[in-house]
Amino acid sequence: MARYSNKNRYLNRLRLGKAGLLGLLGMLSGAANAAWQLNLQEPVTATARRVYDLHTLLTVVIVVIFVGVFAVVTYSLIFHRKSRGHKPADFHDNTTVELAWTIVPALILIAIAFPATSALVNMRDTSQPDLTIKVTGYQWKWGYEYLTGDAAGVKYMSVLATPRDQIENKAPKGEHYLLEVDRPLVVPVGKKVRILTTATDVIHNWSVPAFAVKTDAVPGFLRDTWFRADKEGTYRGQCSELCGKDHGFMPVVVEVVSDEKYAAWVAEQKQQMASAADDPNKVWKLDELLARGEKVYAANCASCHQANGQGLPPVFPALDGSKIVKGPKEGHLDIVINGKPGTAMAAFGAQLSDTDIAAVVAYERNAWTNKLGEVIQPAEVKARRGK
Amino acid sequence: MSHPASASRYFVPEPSHWPVVGSFALLLLATGAILTFNSIAYGGYFLLGGFAVLTVMLFGWFGRVIGESEGQRYNLQVDRSFRWSMAWFIFSEVMFFAAFFGALFYVRVLSIPDLASAEQAALWEGFKNQWPTAGPAAKDAFTPMHAWGIPAINTLLLLSSGATVTWAHWGLVANKRQQLIVGLILTVLLGLLFLGLQVYEYREAYSHFNLKLTTGVYGSTFYMLTGFHGFHVTLGVTMLTVILLRALKGHFTGERHFAFEAVAWYWHFVDVVWLGLFVVVYWL
Amino acid sequence: MQATHTAGHAGDHHHDDHAHYPSGWKRWVTTTNHKDIGSMYLWFSFVMFLVGGAMSLIIRAELFSPGLQYVSPEFYNQMLTLHALIMVFGAIMPAFVGFANWMIPMMIGASDMAFARMNNWSFWLLPPAAILLTVSIFVPGGAAGTGWTLYPPLSVQMGIGMDMTIFAVHILGMSSIMGSINIVTTILNLRTPGMTLMKMPLFCWTWLVTGFLLIASMPILAGAVTMLLTDRHFGTTFFNAAGGGDPVLFQHIFWFFGHPEVYIIALPAFGVVSHVIPAFSRKHLFGYTSMVYAIAAIGLISFFVWAHHMYVTGIPLTGQLYFMYATMLIAVPTGVKVFNWVTTMWRGSLTFETPMLFALGFLVLFTIGGLTGLVLAMTAVDIQLQDTYYVVAHFHYVMVAGALFSAYSGLYFWLPKWTGHMYNEGLGKLHFWLSIIFFNIAFFPQHFLGLAGMPRRIPDYSQQFADFNVVSSVGAFGFGLSQLLVLIVVFQAVKGGAKADSRPWDGAHGLEWTVPSPAPYHTFEDPPAFDAAEAHA
Ligand code: HEA
Ligand code: HEA
Ligand code: HEC
Ligand code: CUA
Ligand SMILES: [Cu+2]
Repeated sequence: MARYSNKNRYLNRLRLGKAGLLGLLGMLSGAANAAWQLNLQEPVTATARRVYDLHTLLTVVIVVIFVGVFAVVTYSLIFHRKSRGHKPADFHDNTTVELAWTIVPALILIAIAFPATSALVNMRDTSQPDLTIKVTGYQWKWGYEYLTGDAAGVKYMSVLATPRDQIENKAPKGEHYLLEVDRPLVVPVGKKVRILTTATDVIHNWSVPAFAVKTDAVPGFLRDTWFRADKEGTYRGQCSELCGKDHGFMPVVVEVVSDEKYAAWVAEQKQQMASAADDPNKVWKLDELLARGEKVYAANCASCHQANGQGLPPVFPALDGSKIVKGPKEGHLDIVINGKPGTAMAAFGAQLSDTDIAAVVAYERNAWTNKLGEVIQPAEVKARRGK
Repeated sequence: MSHPASASRYFVPEPSHWPVVGSFALLLLATGAILTFNSIAYGGYFLLGGFAVLTVMLFGWFGRVIGESEGQRYNLQVDRSFRWSMAWFIFSEVMFFAAFFGALFYVRVLSIPDLASAEQAALWEGFKNQWPTAGPAAKDAFTPMHAWGIPAINTLLLLSSGATVTWAHWGLVANKRQQLIVGLILTVLLGLLFLGLQVYEYREAYSHFNLKLTTGVYGSTFYMLTGFHGFHVTLGVTMLTVILLRALKGHFTGERHFAFEAVAWYWHFVDVVWLGLFVVVYWL
Repeated sequence: MQATHTAGHAGDHHHDDHAHYPSGWKRWVTTTNHKDIGSMYLWFSFVMFLVGGAMSLIIRAELFSPGLQYVSPEFYNQMLTLHALIMVFGAIMPAFVGFANWMIPMMIGASDMAFARMNNWSFWLLPPAAILLTVSIFVPGGAAGTGWTLYPPLSVQMGIGMDMTIFAVHILGMSSIMGSINIVTTILNLRTPGMTLMKMPLFCWTWLVTGFLLIASMPILAGAVTMLLTDRHFGTTFFNAAGGGDPVLFQHIFWFFGHPEVYIIALPAFGVVSHVIPAFSRKHLFGYTSMVYAIAAIGLISFFVWAHHMYVTGIPLTGQLYFMYATMLIAVPTGVKVFNWVTTMWRGSLTFETPMLFALGFLVLFTIGGLTGLVLAMTAVDIQLQDTYYVVAHFHYVMVAGALFSAYSGLYFWLPKWTGHMYNEGLGKLHFWLSIIFFNIAFFPQHFLGLAGMPRRIPDYSQQFADFNVVSSVGAFGFGLSQLLVLIVVFQAVKGGAKADSRPWDGAHGLEWTVPSPAPYHTFEDPPAFDAAEAHA
């Protein structure tokens, strides 16, 4: 893990020229300072260590080749220059050396191919996991669903937790700026975790460098990868496939915990799930709905339609004053439940409960200038589903 | 290296405004298409204007080329250049079709079996590995195309048109004008008949088979492959018609008739693509 | 960069009417002269380089420090996409087509290109495409924000700017295909008697193979974006799993074009360097025959390695292994070329004028880029590095320090032939030294950023990446500003300066150096005599 210190924060604020100079010095002095990190992140899985070593080996090989080739060049540049009175030799073919420098590189490559192959074969072996988790990429958040193990059935979203003010430079940036989420993925230490990835809208990529894990989440397909973390801790990565405007703002955070802590966490999740389950037949009052709807809206809709309902036209329409929002509620429910194919408007029917949809639709119909005063009940949402 | 009746030097044309007119036409066409596809106003006008300018340019440019050719300004070396270029052009067309054939191959051999595999069952339960298919989320049933109806007839039509154009070529080489002209007329007619049947087949598919461009990946590959082929047949027929008109005007000699040969090559290429289509789209 | 036309008539035995051309702008719009068209390509390419470069400076300004400062994330993505498309299709490729137009007819003793009128069209297709690309910034929804790779489904979500990009790509493709057919035909059919293929200058060889790659791969790209267009507007489902398609299918088709494309950029660059290094070593190029085989091998292999861009898409293990081995194979012929250049210099009589400096810069930095490419080729390692700045560093080393430096090398090398004047050597050397220093400041730290895990294509990053990004941005601005020097150098040389001999470089060989400088408007109306000793530049 790259660490971050106050000293660096100070460095950032230095003026352009000075910082550039320091940058050069930093490059020369190497990794004296953790933020001037020069190499791969510290590996915490056996796979990542193999990759780390393979990369080190490759780097040595290419540096040696480079130095070898350019030692010859440098010799020429110094001793075979015209200004030293060197006369050009007259040769332009030599089958022996030409064969040699075809064969020798080929042999080097064959030698490299062995460790490269075995590291890869190991990486792709997802058999016999202790635990399987489905990871779904959404624009722009991650959905986690535990498929097997004690936590089977646990399911939640993981969204960037960095406040907007920090991004817009209105507040000082925190330690884990852009690499923090509201609810990380929690896994037990020392267990083989198989990750199934998919997406609902566009291609995302679930990546944690410390585990050497990086797999595309392709809509309509499941892909898999695995890791077995051997150290407790919090490991951070980012979505690694361009997925639209907030691609830079959908981090991956994995918390690796001891078996006991994991068991406690699972128990807590189960309990929450039980208590949070809404009574589908409850009849909601407007102010209750609006309070809940505002939260749902902030978590799911505001990234596109903005908190003030103005959207980012023309791509993301304003909901404040929108014809659909102010029109019949069936139309409004339909677009939220089914989304609109070919646009970023996702089908929230699969992501949100009837109650949440009822709440957010009611909220939209009453927020900003859309004061329609309407109440929407979960039962209405249920009735609209599948239509 | 020079032909008795032609220029001694390699022909370099004088400055010409046709290329830039062509570029302007394409800009208009692109703008028109963009506006139309996004349902914005005036797209149609741009498209129409683009076609008009393009037509003028094609007449102007090719008229020029024909004039130069009939004016004996191309020597044998120029003729060789034409042959090389036509060969490379057809190669580029082959690669264009390769993209679509590749897509068909990919969905049939890789993505459909993958979508239907046990690993993906969690997403697309009950989807079976079969072809044709409109995909795991398809709702309406449709009837796929059968090879042994119209497509088989079309195959025969195109194959015979390949024969007639060759027959016409023999006529040209042997200086039998009659044979040349009859052969070309037959080829054009066969081509038109092919197109007519193709249109009929499309209408059937839309009205009776519920097979549309939007019918999943089967509909997509079927219409895009046969559609682009049909478009190339249309081009081929147009070019054959021009050659026919030129033949009627007494153009071409038994030794020098590159334009005829180029069109014949093109026609054979269209023919071969159809054979590929017949086998992998309709038959297998 | 323009042939002065008065010189055009000198010693020109008057023949057809084609020595005449309209004056003023009409000359440039209607011209069928390979030199005029070459100049237009080069100017166009330089303008596009400034436009694409200005976009990269917007990127680097935004990345100067963490947080969002100047542009919104959407706009950042649009800049990123256009920067790449404009640099690749608008700057680098046209630059080498410009060289091909100017030099190939002169190198092989042809009167002009095989199809001089179509040549004009190839050029004049570029401006409409450039208009579509640049105007797309201003339409509702803005330009495509998908990266130059245009992956669906993201590209299906985009607005009207995406359609403009698609049509721009179509038009660029037409231009490239026509241009390539022209060049390939010229090389195959218009060589002066006695110049067999194996006696032909290497630059022509690189273009012969490049032309082949273009003719084979551009139609594939056209097919890919056509499917994208119908998926966007007509309900086809090529790239949509619900209908039985696959988003990854697009990536296969795109990279089947995209990988040959990177060698389309690299091969002509190799060609230029293969002329410059012998000239300033005052020796023949070492290993001409193996160079030719290496070029052909690179061209061929480049069609069989495409999925090394797709290691993380979930292709099967066997696929990953195959593409890893095939990709590694490319290092062998490329290595042959590097070793041949090195041996060409060995025991030569070296001098270091600007073209040679840029060629050496190319050699060192391209090798670095190639070697990091090899690291990326190892699937297991690429899984750590894919979509990080390590990749960005890799391809800027091969494309900027590789292709662009080689283009500069060629520019300084042939400028005296084009303008009839020697350029300002001092400024040229300054340009080189500033470029190479700032280039490394800008892009070397990106290796470290990538290793540490900084993803590419993000407008904002976490704090541990801050320091190297500052360095990189400073370097980028320095590099960008240094490029303005080239404008000064070229203007000066066009305007005046020391008269250039017909062979201004004593080590240069080839037919192009037998004609006066500036080269007359029509060079070889009749095929010149070919002296085999002049072969192999
Ligand atoms: C001019 C363009 C150019 C060139 C020439 C190359 C050359 C090579 N490239 Fe690169 N590449 C790009 C342009 C180019 N690339 C671009 C634009 C991308 C990113 C696209 C995107 O995603 O946007 C990319 C991405 C890219 C990737 C995908 C990375 C990723 O996204 O995860 C890979 C992976 O294999 C790769 C590999 C290689 C290899 C092995 C070579 C080889 O050809 C290099 C061969 C050269 C040498 C090896 C050096 C000289 C040889 C010797 C001195 C001999 C001795 C050597 C040995 C025995 C090792 N490249
Ligand atoms: C041959 C192609 C080529 C060239 C020459 C360049 C040149 C440069 N590139 Fe580019 N680049 C790509 C091809 C190229 N690039 C590609 C393919 C991508 C991938 C895109 C994607 O992910 O889809 C990319 C992506 C890319 C990124 C990654 C962005 C990201 O992933 O988020 C960055 C960031 O530093 C960058 C920087 C630069 C810089 C600083 C230059 C410099 O070398 C440019 C120097 C030139 C100038 C700066 C022009 C000088 C002009 C002036 C100084 C005048 C200024 C005038 C005004 C301001 C009015 N490029
Ligand atoms: C990833 C971006 C994104 C998110 C998140 C998002 N939307 Fe949308 N939404 C869109 C886009 C894009 C459209 C426009 C679709 C079109 O072109 O018609 C849209 C359209 C709408 C419309 C129709 C408005 C109109 O006038 O056309 C409503 C209502 C709506 N969204 C509600 C919601 C709700 C409720 C949520 C959260 C639960 C939400 N959206 C989350 C992108 C998003
Ligand atoms: Cu999700 Cu990038
Ligand atoms: Cu590649």
